[in-house]
Amino acid sequence: MTDLAVASHGLTKRFGSQVAVDAVDLAVPRGAVFGFLGPNGSGKTTTIRMLLGLITPTAGGHELLGRAMPDRAADVLPRVGALVEGPGFHPYLSGRDNLRRVDAADRTAEGRTAEARIAAALDRVGLSAAAAKRYRTYSLGMKQRLAIAAALLVPRELLILDEPTNGLDPQGTREVRTLVAALAAEGSTVLLSTHLLAEVEQVCTHVGVMHRGKLVAQEPLGKLRADAAPMARVLTDQPGAAATVLRAMGLTEVTETAAEASGRLGAAAPEKVVAALVHDGVPVRGFTVQAPSLEDVFVQLTGRGFDVSS
Amino acid sequence: MSQVKIRRRVSSRFLASEVRLIAVRRRNQAGLAALAAVPVVIAIAMKVAAPDRTGRGQGGGPDFFSQILSNGFFVALAGIGVELTLFLPIAIAMLAGDAVAGEANQGTLRYLLTVPVGRIRLLAVKYAGIVMGAFLAPLVVATSGILAGLLLFGGGDVTTLSGTSISFGAGLLRLLGVCLYLGVCLTALGAVGLFLSTLTEQPMGATIALTMLTVASFVLGQIPQLDWLHPYLLTQHWQDFGELLRDPVSLSALQPGLLTAGAYIAVFLCAAWARFAGRDITS
Ligand SMILES: Nc1ncnc2c1ncn2[C@@H]1O[C@H](COP(=O)(O)OP(=O)(O)O)[C@@H](O)[C@H]1O
Ligand SMILES: [Mg+2]
Repeated sequence: MTDLAVASHGLTKRFGSQVAVDAVDLAVPRGAVFGFLGPNGSGKTTTIRMLLGLITPTAGGHELLGRAMPDRAADVLPRVGALVEGPGFHPYLSGRDNLRRVDAADRTAEGRTAEARIAAALDRVGLSAAAAKRYRTYSLGMKQRLAIAAALLVPRELLILDEPTNGLDPQGTREVRTLVAALAAEGSTVLLSTHLLAEVEQVCTHVGVMHRGKLVAQEPLGKLRADAAPMARVLTDQPGAAATVLRAMGLTEVTETAAEASGRLGAAAPEKVVAALVHDGVPVRGFTVQAPSLEDVFVQLTGRGFDVSS
Repeated sequence: MSQVKIRRRVSSRFLASEVRLIAVRRRNQAGLAALAAVPVVIAIAMKVAAPDRTGRGQGGGPDFFSQILSNGFFVALAGIGVELTLFLPIAIAMLAGDAVAGEANQGTLRYLLTVPVGRIRLLAVKYAGIVMGAFLAPLVVATSGILAGLLLFGGGDVTTLSGTSISFGAGLLRLLGVCLYLGVCLTALGAVGLFLSTLTEQPMGATIALTMLTVASFVLGQIPQLDWLHPYLLTQHWQDFGELLRDPVSLSALQPGLLTAGAYIAVFLCAAWARFAGRDITS
């Protein structure tokens, strides 16, 4: 058995002339909390729909938990909990009745234990008090919680959560993060799609970056950061002169303000940069090397800001 | 994490859940109440109308109105005759239009499929719900008609269309036969509806399309110049339910209707499956 919970090969989806997902090779190790990061419209949901067998790829294929999809969907999907593009429930049923329906549809779930499992799932997402209310009266955050509860009705080896914190208040967002961490600690693999950089930084062990349908990077979070070139900042009263030196040393994206110059360290060693600055007579008041933020990493990978893919 | 053993049970839980979903829906309850109200309205209208005035049969079907005054039994048949051209088809269209398109519209379809519910199993359960509705609807009309008729006009031996007389109990059996026959007809209509419901994410669209198809089918069936088309029309033999009120009952007279229904069921269930089995679920 492979040690990948999700493995895709050249997964591609075309809608008419638009390529929504372009040859994506996902490799999500078992036990990982994999942040599937990308701005709105970058193809995350479309990828997830293909992973779950809701739509047929134009090209490519994938395995979930070591089994080929969609052929083995009946064996695999009961072990996969999913939240796809927001919650979807019957408005005129209560939250609890909606969960009853989802559970009744699951041939692998035991009817005898349904009520207890439903109560536990509701409790886990903090919806017990509102369980008897009609779904249509729920706030967006409560709807989102109910969708997460539906994914937790039975123990799952893999959770595929598409933007689970959408519509949640800061408190709810924190709760979901804690929940994801707890699920991971219990041994579930989590694939968490998000357009929020902070979410990835706070809960994920691995990150895959989507940009315009392409998976432009996929690595353990620490390694992605380490691979990205750090920024060097020089505090000085001669930022112009400092910037010239930085450029000469091969730094890129050099910028200057009134009291500092900064640039991205490429192959240049920081100590050599400092030596060169001093050698050229630039007064150095301070010198720092900063690990890049995830946003910096994203800009480096895609050459543009973290905004909506068109 | 140890591998969870997956065992698939043969279980009626999903079907029971589907029935419950249909039953608790206010709209469906209201629809059923409307179906039940029509025979009551007919009975009251006949009671207050002058005794010498009698109504007309509908859509070329047998005329049961003239007999209501002498026997409440015929309120049920008159009610069925009136509702067969529009009310009953609309009821089935509401149910069938909602089947797949309703789940798609609410976003519940993607969650059912990822549970996972196999697509064929989903269609089967959805169709089972429609079939139950198709048999329940005429039964509700008949029951309401019998109760209203007995209350306002009393019962008694039933005069068949052949002029013979049968007991009230035997009449009820014939009425049950009528309901079953129409149940099969409406089941076929439901198969068309299920197919339409796989084409769209708008349940109302499927409902309206099916209602319009039914009305069009009735209209085309009335045009003599199109008699070459008539054997293919779903609604062509619906009025044959009157054959069950003859003495003796000729079951062979019901055959064309049953065969037409069977053909429609087979064709449109296959079409629904062909359409739904590989469809991209982007709702
Ligand atoms: N059913 C569809 N038909 C046509 N285009 C679609 C469809 N679904 C998604 N797209 C397009 O595919 C791209 C990716 O969308 P999506 O996967 O939803 O992105 P994300 O989830 O990352 O925000 C978008 O440009 C979107 O407009
Ligand atoms: Mg999305």
